[in-house]
Amino acid sequence: MALINFTSKGIYCKQGDFYIDPWKPVKLAVTTHGHADHVKWGNDAYLCHELTKPILHRRLGVDLKIQTLRYNEEISINGVKVSLFPAGHVIGSSQIRLEYKGEICVVSGDYKVEYDGISTAFEPVKCHSFVSESTFGLPIYKWQPQEVVLSGIKDWISDNHDKKKTSVLVAYSLGKAQRLINGLAGYSDIYVHNSIANLNEGFINAGVNLPETIRITADTKKDDMQKGIVIVPPALAEGRWIKNLINPATGACSGWMQVRAGRRWRSADAGFALSDHADWPGLLSAIKATEAEKVYITHGFTATFSKYLNEIGIAAEEVKTQYGNENDEEVLETASEEPKIESQS
Amino acid sequence: MRRFTELIQKLEMSNKTNDKITALVEYFNEADDMDKPYVIAMFTGKRPKRPVNTALIKQWAIEQSGIPEWLFAESYHSVGDLSETIALVLPPPEKSIDRKLHEWINDLSALHGKDDAYKKNFILDSWNSLETQERFIFNKLISGNFRIGVSNKMLVNALAKQSDTDSNKIMHSIMGKWQPADITFDDLIQGTHVNTDNSWPYPFCLAYALEAEPESLGEPNEWQAEWKWDGIRGQVVKRNGELFIWSRGEELVTDQFPELHFLLDELQDGTVLDGEILSVKDGKVQSFSTLQQRLNRKTINKSQLEEAPIGFFTYDLLELNGKDIREESMASRREKLEMVMTTLKTTDVVALSPTVPFNSWDELAEIRLSSRDINSEGIMLKKRDSMYHAGRKRGDWWKWKINPYTVDTVMIYAQKGSGRRANFYTDYTFAVRDGDKLITIAKAYSGLTDKEIKEVNSFVLKNAVEKFGPVRTVKPELVFEIAFEGIAESKRHKAGLALRFPRIARWRKDKKADEINTLDDLRQLLQSTL
Repeated sequence: MALINFTSKGIYCKQGDFYIDPWKPVKLAVTTHGHADHVKWGNDAYLCHELTKPILHRRLGVDLKIQTLRYNEEISINGVKVSLFPAGHVIGSSQIRLEYKGEICVVSGDYKVEYDGISTAFEPVKCHSFVSESTFGLPIYKWQPQEVVLSGIKDWISDNHDKKKTSVLVAYSLGKAQRLINGLAGYSDIYVHNSIANLNEGFINAGVNLPETIRITADTKKDDMQKGIVIVPPALAEGRWIKNLINPATGACSGWMQVRAGRRWRSADAGFALSDHADWPGLLSAIKATEAEKVYITHGFTATFSKYLNEIGIAAEEVKTQYGNENDEEVLETASEEPKIESQS
Repeated sequence: MRRFTELIQKLEMSNKTNDKITALVEYFNEADDMDKPYVIAMFTGKRPKRPVNTALIKQWAIEQSGIPEWLFAESYHSVGDLSETIALVLPPPEKSIDRKLHEWINDLSALHGKDDAYKKNFILDSWNSLETQERFIFNKLISGNFRIGVSNKMLVNALAKQSDTDSNKIMHSIMGKWQPADITFDDLIQGTHVNTDNSWPYPFCLAYALEAEPESLGEPNEWQAEWKWDGIRGQVVKRNGELFIWSRGEELVTDQFPELHFLLDELQDGTVLDGEILSVKDGKVQSFSTLQQRLNRKTINKSQLEEAPIGFFTYDLLELNGKDIREESMASRREKLEMVMTTLKTTDVVALSPTVPFNSWDELAEIRLSSRDINSEGIMLKKRDSMYHAGRKRGDWWKWKINPYTVDTVMIYAQKGSGRRANFYTDYTFAVRDGDKLITIAKAYSGLTDKEIKEVNSFVLKNAVEKFGPVRTVKPELVFEIAFEGIAESKRHKAGLALRFPRIARWRKDKKADEINTLDDLRQLLQSTL
């Protein structure tokens, strides 16, 4: 019998009687990472990587039953061996490896194969069946190396400084923000929105080595922000708050920015194709490295990607899940948190 | 080409006109002198003949990228632009070349007449030497179709700023007949070629849509009202025994409208008229769909001449006796125009577009409601003391259009959008009722908010009945009000008619699918416009 089943509550392991990233409340939720489409409120207990724990507390409250694991550490749940392997998506993100009577299944959650300098690097895990996302499962999505994208962002910031504009980077609070902070540290002072500063604080308390940033408060001077770099979550991208800065220029950081139509759809000025998801070659290499006999394709270009895998001889099947709505989370989380800026004029 | 690629990136990096102008000025300050006229030609839509056909380019890109054709097609659907899709799916380049833009353009044009093997070799080698962004530009150079969000006006303003020259002069100079290979950037800016050619048109004065109440414009007697015609804006130029007709798209369309050629004999040299090219039968303006039969045709047959005869309704005079009178007031130009028109012997083809007398805004609002009766789209308001501006300038010319037609329809198909919208069903097909069947009437992409798109998306996911490739048939439940500008007979559409500029006006959550309009309703509307 299969080790996992796709049910109306989430991905279920019957032998171990637990769910992976369920979207409805269950007894035990084994959690790949802290993005809101993978973590829901109301489960009796959670099992996750130790660095995902501060995120769960931040998102769901302090009164939670959470058991943590380190990468490669193994425990047994009702006879199913469960261990975590780095997924390289965001800090703490894990692939969940299940083993029962010699049958191995890996649920990867969200992942990327390029090392981003801050999340533990992706590690391929051999298995019989593999669950993969397909957010960017089209051959048009091929990322430039991170340093090339970052150098483009730096050029843009420097041009903004010359033109007395404020550089506002729009990035998810969890993941993209820390990656930018790490990549741009030392280039200019970095001012971050509350929701990002709070998460950073959680990471720093948990022992993550993050470069220094400045939390934006009512006292932060607009002039200082103009000379530095501002990072805000997507929920603020189109609001009044940015308009009140000095000549704001917005830059969206997302894989969707690879395509010109994607850049137009966002109302940002500049778009940088910086993604925490695997690109087309990344998805293919990761899947091949697992040597899995069966691949399940969740959120993204599921139909296209699984059709292609089948054509190149990898048995693949598309499955329906509720993952892939990272945008929604950010709105809920930050809508009421617009920091006030002191007027300068 | 790197500098040009950088320009394109900069232009796409801002939504603000000032930033774009700055990027253009910087480019024209720094770029290679020989490249500049080519860039101006490209941005103003002067297309070289395409040296390699699209099917071959596509086929070679599929070969090089090693993906199946269906996957290329899905990628194209997601990106929405062929040049860009090709640039993205190709494997990374193995070499690097930096050559000037005009050298690339000349090499491409040298491909004409070469065999396919030679062309393929050149294209593949070029792809293998260029980064993704440069490849995109290169592919655009092949297609010649370069629409990058730079309007003529924006380009002219940038050139005027960069060269410290009057913008009207530059607009005049870059319109019309010149070849980038035969002209220097300085000559183009100085317009040294302008006087040697009789054809030069003036930039059209364009109107803004009036969104406020007309009362906000002040006293009615300061304004001249005319009907707003739904045709093709045209400029008739008669100089030194030659006649030219220019369309709004800055194309010479003289040959398309033989009915107007009599003006060569009847207009004085040094006369330029502005007006609307329309289909006019027995003095009556016909619908735009009638006029459409006559547009963009290389040859015109007798039945087309009979079914859709052309007329020209003139409303402005830009040049008289060889003198540019655009700085005179509207009132004065109108007076002179009326005088010119009295000199014409043929009076039934070219007519003065009538002014609409009115004493109060309320009265004009009343008159405006009758626009559709004469196939007009509403009212034009022009300030009596205003000069004839080059391009769009807020304040002196307003178009006060009547509201569009609307029809209630039900959504029957949905398809995913492009780019960021590739994850959402955003392209919908709508139907009206025909007896107990539903019949497709329009396809529309825009008009919903992001929130509504998400809502419709989840409806489609839950209610998809059938799959046809990327298209989903959905339960006919959601009712949308579609706005459109006109209706025409169409043999290509199953309904036998086609809507012009259909878009979603609103989602009628208050209506059920059995309350939508019928095909008969639309047929009646069509009859009433003929």
